[in-house]
Amino acid sequence: MNPVARLSSTSTGQAAPSGLTGATVATNAAESFPPLGIRRGVLLGLAVFAVAAFLLSLAVGSVPIPLDEVVRVLLGVQASKDTWQTIVLVFRLPKAITALLAGAALSVAGLQMQTLFRNPLADPFALGISSGASLGVALAVLGGAAASVSVFGRAAYLGDFGLVTAASLGAAAVFALVLAIARRVQSVITLLVLGLMISYLAGAVVSVLIYFSIPEQVSAYLNWTFGSFGGVTWQQMRAFAPTLLLGLAAALFTAKPLNALLLGENYAASMGINVRAARWWVTASASLLAGAVTAFCGPIGFIGIAVPHLCRALFGSSDHRVLLPAALMLGGGLALIFDLISQMPGARAALPLNVVTSAVGAPVVLWIVLRRQSFGRV
Amino acid sequence: MITHRFAFTRPRAIHSAPDAPPPNGDESAIRATDLITGYRNGTSRRVVHRGLNLSLSRGKLTALLGPNGAGKSTLMRTLCGLQPPLGGTVWIDGEPLHALSPERRARKLAVVLTDRVDVGYMTAYALAALGRTPYTRWDGRLTAEDEAIVQEAMRAARCEALAARAVAQLSDGERQRVMIARALAQQTPIILLDEPTAFLDLPRRIEIMHLLRDLAHQTGRALLISTHDLELALRYADALWLMGGDGTFVAGTPEQVHRRGELLRVFADEGTEVRRYLQEIHQRWTTS
Repeated sequence: MNPVARLSSTSTGQAAPSGLTGATVATNAAESFPPLGIRRGVLLGLAVFAVAAFLLSLAVGSVPIPLDEVVRVLLGVQASKDTWQTIVLVFRLPKAITALLAGAALSVAGLQMQTLFRNPLADPFALGISSGASLGVALAVLGGAAASVSVFGRAAYLGDFGLVTAASLGAAAVFALVLAIARRVQSVITLLVLGLMISYLAGAVVSVLIYFSIPEQVSAYLNWTFGSFGGVTWQQMRAFAPTLLLGLAAALFTAKPLNALLLGENYAASMGINVRAARWWVTASASLLAGAVTAFCGPIGFIGIAVPHLCRALFGSSDHRVLLPAALMLGGGLALIFDLISQMPGARAALPLNVVTSAVGAPVVLWIVLRRQSFGRV
Repeated sequence: MITHRFAFTRPRAIHSAPDAPPPNGDESAIRATDLITGYRNGTSRRVVHRGLNLSLSRGKLTALLGPNGAGKSTLMRTLCGLQPPLGGTVWIDGEPLHALSPERRARKLAVVLTDRVDVGYMTAYALAALGRTPYTRWDGRLTAEDEAIVQEAMRAARCEALAARAVAQLSDGERQRVMIARALAQQTPIILLDEPTAFLDLPRRIEIMHLLRDLAHQTGRALLISTHDLELALRYADALWLMGGDGTFVAGTPEQVHRRGELLRVFADEGTEVRRYLQEIHQRWTTS
């Protein structure tokens, strides 16, 4: 007997408006409702993975340090050797914290962009943030000598701080532009095209600068584009960490609108989401995360595009209440692993970080595209 | 199994604030006065329809019919607040639509659109559960009561057996049922469906129309569909809204529309084949 037949037989009988309660009592044997809640077990596993990767990255390196000594240093107890103490606190800890935060930030921002644009190939830089940063650095490193007046150009030769400043300014300029426009545009596609055009414009200027530069400057610029977690000092960490933590906290508040946006902006609006406000919050937090990471670590590719896909596959879910924390932890852990691989102990030279992330990221994206094709929906 | 007194029979009962009495004391779920629909682009306006006066009844399935380009979608989008009217007012439960906050509007009116539904990894149950969005707190967490309401909505839309299936693997008809369940879970007194039977085969069209009529009658909701399925609409709808390509708008029961020969008027601009087909429908109705 179908539910409506039951329903009408109960509701016609009496005037009581509880017509459908009869249907709940007689449950169909075939129906089973899958759990909707957050799967805490897998999330806990990811947290363990991130912590393990963190400790490992403190222990492994040209000078191996036993794990228990690493833990001692972290707990504030003096290590058995002074050199271990110094290596962990001065060299490895800032780098590990940077990798953890940057990986988490890129993954979360990538997830937000993929949902906002309903495009599986969107990444944290879809809005042109990294292009802005690249342009800033290129102007500082390359344009500095060309014009021979730029403060940043000279600073770039003196240390990394000039690079960070230049990249921050470039990223911030695009960030401000995107936010100013995000509230006004009718369609999210306009934003995507805007980001693309910013990238092309910045790319053109960078190409011109490279064309007129001497090889030493070009190589300084290229070095920056390889990406690195090693450049953030304790001093810079005071700006880097709070910025990313703020961005990550803001991102966690976008889970509900992002879930509604899975159905597109029309449906989201019909379900009570203020689409323009949601779009602004998502672009603001994602751009802040992507911009800060690019400014301090360079344009790090593929983590932001691959980790969200890994999380979806891992949880078999598109629910952002699960995906956001999952991307945060998996991204942080993976960035640490990528960094470890890029400077494998025993290897003569460290590989550029972007080489490692792409070498691992590209097969993942390929796998996803091929898998989607087999579903008949690319 | 949690049993609740569900609000499907009387959706208004669960709304916190009792609504203000509608103007003129009428019982229509949606009323529009001197409505002008169309598009605004900068300073230029393109009017699609002007002077529309209409009223959508509770507990009834109303079908909006008319040729392509007559402005059906524009009217649907205007009535659900996706685009502002160029003039006039839409009243939802006696309140002007433009004065409602997005959240409050989402508790009055749910929609099923023709937009692509491509949600990645998601079960039918999780998709239907999105209908609870206007009721959940900031993190979107569903309470046990929310889940019970979603399950009840899936049963009412007769898709509870699909709950554990991936949305990507549902057929068009199955997915449409889940989208209807999602709209039911939103617990609104009004549901607007834009061409809910498009892309479906004939058996699925009949099933969906049947389902929609049952839902309107049994839950007291006001259901408005736009459709090209003329004969199904004549058979299942309680009221018809006809839009002509020349800007005419008429409303009435299928009998009234038929008696006045409105169908032939609305499609008067069409070619002889179309008019002959409509003549045949007209005659079949007269004899039956």
